[in-house]
Amino acid sequence: MEQEVILSVKDLNVKFSLRGQVLHAIRGISLDIYKGESLAIVGESGSGKSVFTKNFIGLLDKNGWVDSGEIWYNGMDLAKFKTEKEWTKIRGKEVAMVMQDPMTSLNPLKTIGWQIEEALKLHQGLMGEAAKQRAIEIIDDVGIPEPERRYKQYPHEFSGGMRQRVVIAIAMACNPKILICDEPTTALDVTIQAQILNLIRELQKKYQLTSIYITHDLGVVANVADRIAVMYAGDIVEIGTCNEVFYAPQHPYTWALLSSLPQLGIKGEDLYSIKGTPPNLFNKVRGDAFAPRNPHALKIDFLHRPPYFEVSPTHKARTWLLDPRSPKVEPPEHIKNIRNIRANMDQKEGGAQ
Amino acid sequence: MQNETREKLLQVKNLEVTFGSKRKPFVAVKGVSFDIYKGETFGLVGESGSGKTTIGRAIIRINPTSAGEIIFKGEKINGKISHELDKRVTQQIQMIFQDPMASLNERAKVDYIVSEGLMNVQKHLTKEEREAKVSKALSDVGLLPEFASRFPHEFSGGQRQRIGIARSLIMEPEFIIADEPISALDVSIRAQVLNLLSSLQKERGLTYLFIAHDLSVMRFITDRIAVIHKGVIVELAETEKLFAHPLHPYTRALLSAIPMPDPISEKQKVLEVYDPTCHDYSVDKPQWSEIEEGHFIMANEKELAEYRDRLKN
Repeated sequence: MEQEVILSVKDLNVKFSLRGQVLHAIRGISLDIYKGESLAIVGESGSGKSVFTKNFIGLLDKNGWVDSGEIWYNGMDLAKFKTEKEWTKIRGKEVAMVMQDPMTSLNPLKTIGWQIEEALKLHQGLMGEAAKQRAIEIIDDVGIPEPERRYKQYPHEFSGGMRQRVVIAIAMACNPKILICDEPTTALDVTIQAQILNLIRELQKKYQLTSIYITHDLGVVANVADRIAVMYAGDIVEIGTCNEVFYAPQHPYTWALLSSLPQLGIKGEDLYSIKGTPPNLFNKVRGDAFAPRNPHALKIDFLHRPPYFEVSPTHKARTWLLDPRSPKVEPPEHIKNIRNIRANMDQKEGGAQ
Repeated sequence: MQNETREKLLQVKNLEVTFGSKRKPFVAVKGVSFDIYKGETFGLVGESGSGKTTIGRAIIRINPTSAGEIIFKGEKINGKISHELDKRVTQQIQMIFQDPMASLNERAKVDYIVSEGLMNVQKHLTKEEREAKVSKALSDVGLLPEFASRFPHEFSGGQRQRIGIARSLIMEPEFIIADEPISALDVSIRAQVLNLLSSLQKERGLTYLFIAHDLSVMRFITDRIAVIHKGVIVELAETEKLFAHPLHPYTRALLSAIPMPDPISEKQKVLEVYDPTCHDYSVDKPQWSEIEEGHFIMANEKELAEYRDRLKN
């Protein structure tokens, strides 16, 4: 099946200047995002997952810049954009973002209705009654009951989950083509988290949205993602469909991330934890960035950066382990039987209802 | 059976915590009772606003209680207590806070942060003794003793949480209340902190009250779990029992919301949503009853009968 590419990133390099030093935050990422898919970007904090997506809406911090590479969207190279004027054409209208913490991303002094209308006025030129009607429609759309009453309320009158719905409503106000969700549920409870993920999925179906999820928790994305990209030290180390990454992970870093999930832990035993810390990106990274923390590291991992090895047309990973000349290393035992983990768990306990 | 013989370290009986003024009181926790045995990890799960942190804070005497008793090692520790007992409780019960970014004093060095409690309780210590204790506590949690002279902003989230653990360990407590100690951390760091907590428990025979909203973590670390909803404990059981036979609809909703790293079954998952109106308590009032050995539930007679049926099958 040939899919239409909506956004294409080609060999993107992003650098930051910090206290006179240069930090190489994104190290040559190429990625095609297809229309209507939901892509999850997974990685530890500091792996550059937020920085990477901030390039799509021009929200890079002042001290950062695109060093080389292209970001193609709708015939435009976003990497060449300089002025705010250029970005306002994209930001909100074409690409919108939902931030992590709904407690801080809303203005406490303005009503919810005002904040949604602001986006409508700015991008769609709606005024007065028309804007109000549209805002109420959107509030209803994101599953907030009693939209007319809620329209007049302030953020402090909403619970965390409801606030996140409002943030999503603002992002959806201008019918964006791409919705970037930066850790949309980390600040929320488990039950609310499931509801918000469901909401995003419904909106995606309804409006043929392309969505990008950013998260550090692999456990969360199984439900929502079509494809998963695993990021480490400013690079995508493995990318594949959701099933491929969960059932047949190839990169040792993906193994490590999966192994450290408490859902897979065995009680009474230590949970797997990744030793060491991510590399310092002020220094030039030699070889595979994950090698120093990788128990399966080969000699070549410290010398040369691995290329992408293709596992299937949709699945590729950056590790020398996939080279035909390297020794065969099996992924850890307990992540092999992820399939049916819930069913297996119930069996062990004598069958839950 | 086995529970009968185990020593109860902490007993909470009909605890009630009220906030607000006399005229407009808000009861955050009502009628909560549970026991925590020595050496176990007891989990308290609930949504934000359910009162789980309030219970933790009531035990450590931050929030005053309005009714009920908290008994620690046979002595009542809530309400008015003697100065000497207060001091003992301060030393023996310690708390680890949720957000390591917010719970450390940004302007104090690690040395001071870790030893502040000691200065209040063991005043006779010389500077050398105190420093020795600080470096011991730091190395116990896997940090270098040199870190004592640094400021909190120089550390990552996981390291800061370790500092938080070190400062409670230095008091040599018997009972630690861990209030969402890992929810602000990355997945890989989470594993390190969980491992650290369980190895400390093995070494020192610590007892934990583990407060969290995430049941997947709870399953891994706790022995028994109490599920709390709107200030009332609705179900309490041994961890595996609770996961195998969740009875209360709220527990079931929480369990169904756990995300699992298995895309195929996850995409077919049907979310159970808890609707408090599904209980009819107008005539038949709910009671805290033991439905099977060690498995307590808040239900009325009619529901109890249903739950018993479900347990049989």
